[in-house]
Order: sequence, then C-alpha cells, then structure tokens
Amino acid sequence: MTTHVPHPDLPPPSTSIGAIAWLRANLFSSWLNSLLTLGAAYLLYLTIPPLVQWALIDADWFGDSREACESGGACWVFVGVRMNQFMYGLYPETEYWRINLAAILLVLLMVPLFIKRFPWKRWLVPFVLFGYPVIAFMLFSGGVFGLEYVETSRWGGLTLTLILSSVGMAASLPLGILLALGRRSDMPIVKSVSVVIIEFWRGVPLITVLFMSSVMLPLFLPEGTHFDKLLRAMIGIALFQSAYMAEVVRSGLQAIPKGQYEAAQALGLSYWQSMGLIILPQALKLVIPGIVNTFIALFKDTTLVLIIGLFDMLAMIQAALADPNWLGYAIEGLSFAALVYWVFCFSMSRYSLSLERKLHTGHTR
Amino acid sequence: MATEHYSQDSTGKVPLWRQPTFRAIVFQVLLVLCILAFGNFLLSNTLQNMEQRGITTGFGFLDNAAGFGILQSLIPYDETYTYGRTFVVGLLNTLLVAALGIFFATFLGFFIGVARLSHNWLVARLATVYIETFRNIPLLLQIMFWYFAVLRPLPLPRQSLSIGDAVFLNNRGLFVPRPIAEDGFGLVVAALLLAIVGAVVLARWARKRQEASGQQFPTGLSAFALIVGLPLLTYWVSGSPLHWDNPVLGGFNFRGGLEVIPELAALVLALSIYTAAFIAEAVRSGIQSVSHGQTEAAYALGLRPRVTLKLVIIPQAMRVIIPQLTSQYLNLTKNSSLATAIGYPDLVNVFAGTTLNQTGQAVEVIAMTMGVYLLISLVISLFMNWYNKRNQLVER
Repeated sequence: MTTHVPHPDLPPPSTSIGAIAWLRANLFSSWLNSLLTLGAAYLLYLTIPPLVQWALIDADWFGDSREACESGGACWVFVGVRMNQFMYGLYPETEYWRINLAAILLVLLMVPLFIKRFPWKRWLVPFVLFGYPVIAFMLFSGGVFGLEYVETSRWGGLTLTLILSSVGMAASLPLGILLALGRRSDMPIVKSVSVVIIEFWRGVPLITVLFMSSVMLPLFLPEGTHFDKLLRAMIGIALFQSAYMAEVVRSGLQAIPKGQYEAAQALGLSYWQSMGLIILPQALKLVIPGIVNTFIALFKDTTLVLIIGLFDMLAMIQAALADPNWLGYAIEGLSFAALVYWVFCFSMSRYSLSLERKLHTGHTR
Repeated sequence: MATEHYSQDSTGKVPLWRQPTFRAIVFQVLLVLCILAFGNFLLSNTLQNMEQRGITTGFGFLDNAAGFGILQSLIPYDETYTYGRTFVVGLLNTLLVAALGIFFATFLGFFIGVARLSHNWLVARLATVYIETFRNIPLLLQIMFWYFAVLRPLPLPRQSLSIGDAVFLNNRGLFVPRPIAEDGFGLVVAALLLAIVGAVVLARWARKRQEASGQQFPTGLSAFALIVGLPLLTYWVSGSPLHWDNPVLGGFNFRGGLEVIPELAALVLALSIYTAAFIAEAVRSGIQSVSHGQTEAAYALGLRPRVTLKLVIIPQAMRVIIPQLTSQYLNLTKNSSLATAIGYPDLVNVFAGTTLNQTGQAVEVIAMTMGVYLLISLVISLFMNWYNKRNQLVER
C-alpha cells in the first residue's frame, strides 16, 4: 500500500511577504503613493537631522553660566540653571522639601488606586479626594505646626500649574454633573437657569473670565473682603470648565435609553438614587473620552493665568527669558515647556484610551 | 406580606410634601429666591463699592477722548478718537485675526485630516504626529513660541530676508506689495459679485435638474471658471486698473506696501496650526463615520469612485464634520483673545485692557467685551441649529 505524500507547499512569492511586500502595500502601491512617500521622506530628511544635530548632538548640557554654551547647538544649560524656578516658582528655596513631600505623598496614595485588588480602596478614595488636599494645603501654605507661612503669591512654576489643574478638575466634574442634571430636569426654572449658566460660560473666552475675576470680583464683594488672587483664578477656571463638562455629561445622559430611567423609577428609587446608582455610572462611562478631553483642555488653559499675573510654569519661563544674563534662549525655554505640557496631556489622553477599553464591558450602542 | 404604605396616610391620600408637583414648585421657588438674594447681594455691594471709589456708572465714558495709540487699526484712528472708537478698532482687529485664522486652519485641517486616513503609511504617520503634537501643547505657549522664539529674533530691517524686491521679512514684520485700485477697478469687483451670484443660481439650477432627471452637471468646475474667469476677463478688458505699491526701505523701517505686524503673524500662525489639528480630527471622524457599506452599495449601483465620493461619502461625512467645524471656528475666535499675551491689539487687549485701566469702568467694559463674544457664539449656535435641523437624518 502506498501512501500519498503531497508535495510540500511552495513558499509564497518573495514579493508578497516580508518587508518588500509591506513596502509595496503601504508606501509604493501606486505612482502617486510613491511620489507622496518620496516627498514625505524628503521633508523628514530636511527637518529631522538638523533638529537632532541642534537639540542633542551639538547641545550643551552641563555648566552653570552662559559661557558653557559655545558649541552653537541648543543651550540646555539655561533650562538646567533655571530648573528649580520652573518647578517651584518663587517658593523659598529652604522650603522646597514641603512641595516634594506633598508630591511623594500623592504618588504613594495614588499607586494603590491603580492596583486592582487593593483592599482598602473605599477608604483611600475619599481620603485622596478630601483628606489629602487639606494636608497638601497645610504643607504648601504653612503657618501651622511651626512651618513657615508662604503666601500664595509665591507659589509658582509647575507646582502651581498642577495645583490649579487638579483643583479645577476636582471642582469642575461635580459642578458639571449638577449643571447637566439641571439642564435635563423637568422643572422649567431649574432647566432655564442651568441653560443660561452653561451657555454663558461657554460663550465667553476664558481670558475675559479671568479678567472678570481679577477686576470685577473685588467690586462684587463687601468692602474690605480680601480675596486671594489664586483662589479667584481657581474659581474662574472651575466655573468655566464646568460648563464644558456639563455638555459632555449631558451627551452621556442623552445616550442612556429611556428604559433605564423607567426601570429605576419602577424599582421605586428616588431621583438621586436612580441617578447615582443607575444612570450616572452608565452615562459617565460612556463619556470618559469627553471628560478627559475637558481635563486636558483645563490643563492647557491653566497657562492663561500668566496674563493676570500668577506665576505658573509658562510665566516663570517667560520671566527667565527676560533675564539680561540669558537673552536669546527663547527656543530652548519654550521647547522645554512644550515638552512638559505635551508629556502631561499626551499621557492623559493615552490613559483615557486604556480606561475606555478597561471599562468597555457591554456592547456599545 | 408587609403592606406598609409610608407615603399614604390613613385616608389614602398622598401628603402634600410627598407630591412631586408640589415639591418641584417649592424647590423652584427656593431657587429663585436664592438667585434673587445673591443678585441683590452682588448688586448692592457693587454699587456701594463704586460709590466709595468714585466710579460713575453708565456708558458716558465711551464719548471721552482715549488718548492712547493702537499698534494696528483697520479704520482711521489716533489718540484724539474716543473710547467708543477703541472698542470698534479692537473688535475689527479680533475679527481680522479670526477670519485669517479660520481661512488657514480650514485648509490645513482638511489637508491633515485626509492625510491621516491616507493609505500611505508614512503620510498617515506624519499626519498623526502633527495632530498629537500640536493638540497637546497649550495654545498660549505656541503663540509665545512663534512670537518670542521665531519672529522676534529675525534680522533687522536692513538685513531683511527678501523675495525679489517685493516681499520682506524682518523683526518689524512682513512687508508685501499693497494693491492699489485705480479708476475702473469697481467694474472688476462688480464682475466678481455678478459671478458669485451666477454661480449660486447655476448650482441651484443644476441641483433641481439632477433631482428631476438624474442628469449631472459639472457644477464645481463651471462655478470655479465663472468666479475666476469673469473678473479676470473684466480686468483685462478694462486695461488692468490696479498697480502695486512696493515696500521701500527708508531710515530704520520700510515704508509703503502692506505691513503685517509680527504680533498678527504669530497669532495667525499659532491659531491656524493649533486649530488645524482639531479640524483634522473632525474631518477624520466625519469620513470614518460613513460606514464602508455605503461605499460598497454605491459601487454595486455602478457609481464610479469619484461620483461615489461626491454624492455618497462627502454629503454624509459633512453631516458629522460641519457641527464640529463650527465649534472649532467658535473656539478659534474665542482663543484669538490670547492676543493680549503678545500685545496684538485685539478687543480684549485694547478695550478690556488699556481702556479699562484708563477709565476704571470695569463692569461696563467687561460686560461689553463678553457681550461681543456671547453674540458671536449665539449667532454661530443659531446657525448650527438651523443646519442640524436641515440635515438631520430622516429615519423611519
């Protein structure tokens, strides 16, 4: 008995596997595509090598004065010398440890939140939201436990940027949810009040809001009330972004089918119970990308406080550019700022993507 | 089975405080009272504070002489004009930046958005890098970058970068020849208007005919030919009634020609590059929202790829793109207020800045400034509602 032994399969043609096939499919599939590829490659050739040469190869990294920058490349010495001010602003140098301590504490508190099976999460979350800000405020501001008092006008740099944006985020999400619920309410007055608030804040630029908070708030309040400049900026930013947040949340509320609302009512849940237990968890999950986009916008918008005279990171860099000892290093200073902001915003957007995937339990509508 | 009815008393009637309608009324009345009290608190404080500081209320200050100069003005202005005039100058400067920014951002945004969907790997990657880079850097930083790091360090007027003897770029700005109309140029403008009206009429006729008979008409091409051709023809026939005034170096700066101040250039560059990244994402999401089944169905009906694109894909994609696009235009207009950081004389810088500081009329000035932006966004959202209503999907 003879068994039939089939010929082994022939390998696929060399042009349809491996790198060549990939190149043919993705870069040179037609003459137009080939032209585009060559054009793009030429563009890269024109920009990337000089940029690398300037920013990395020819750059000066070490030193402590202008004389260290002689090679003609980027002068990162400028950024290095000023690094402390970019990070801490005008905060007294001997007290830097307080900011560092607050940062380390925050990281230590946040790490367990990302561990899936951490047992005490339900106590940790409220602590991070309500307890930590008090501790951080006491550390930053001082005046208690023998810590030296540091007024808010000396807070600055990246620290201030992070404070402003985290307070803004923490305040704008609940406010936005309230406004969104108000806008979807059956009560005509509640609804119209919410609509007016949302549309007003969305219709004006943030800078006029900040102007308003710095020029008009003192007029609004009783004579002699001292209102901290930083607090005014925070209120302005939080109110402004909460209107955008409200629209994001509203789009999520609208996407929840009516049956869910009716089912919650049929179970005998009160308005707040049905919202808190049934509707909002689903709606917020749907709009995570929108919420994170609003957070990113808020983070970027904190730069505007430099116009009303607060010293966030960008303002510190602008001040450093005007230093007569270091004139002409605007590109280095601003590139550094751009890199820092970019890293924060980009990682936020990537995190939102992964969160979206993780929470994607049911079928999307 | 326990049948307790907490909400009903022995007579079976729902007590008043548990009736939803009653509770709604009480709650809303309380809300109105709170708002009135809060408003009253603010108003009385404001009036009291203003009285103490000796600030008069009202808009009378708009007629006083301003006494400060403005870097760039589209209408005649000098120190002797009134504060009211500074408002108009600032507003026009804001509108100029917004219009220029919208124009460039739209072109760049559509280009990048389409490039991101390209089948060419390298081109798509480059577009992605563009979007992810510029979207994630604060606009204010980008404005400052263009202004302080790129445009200010340019050479002095004497060592300007130049193209021919007509276009000069230096740290005082960009200087290009200014077109000056002579007698008879009105005819060319009239021809252009006529051509636009003609193109609109033609488009409506072509649409009607296509709906009635299915026959297509090359509308885009003929409208383009009409709008470009007719004015050119008139220009040629009426003997070229236009000459160019070239900028000339005199003393320390250029004279004549059209001057684009570096503040304006930096602002327009940053606004268009930043907004283009968002517009590109809108374009991409719009095109991707049209399911592939639509393309396949169109091919199955025997439509050619170009016709498919024009009649099937673009109209459906536009339904998603236009609302996002208008909101980006609105954002760009509001973002143009960042001009104040580099000293471009826009509405916020001139009116809510200098004028406010000189007059101290904080309430009136801020209210007028906010009013302008609110009006613009109101107009745009009215347009959006109209557009959405007109283009809504008609479902079964």
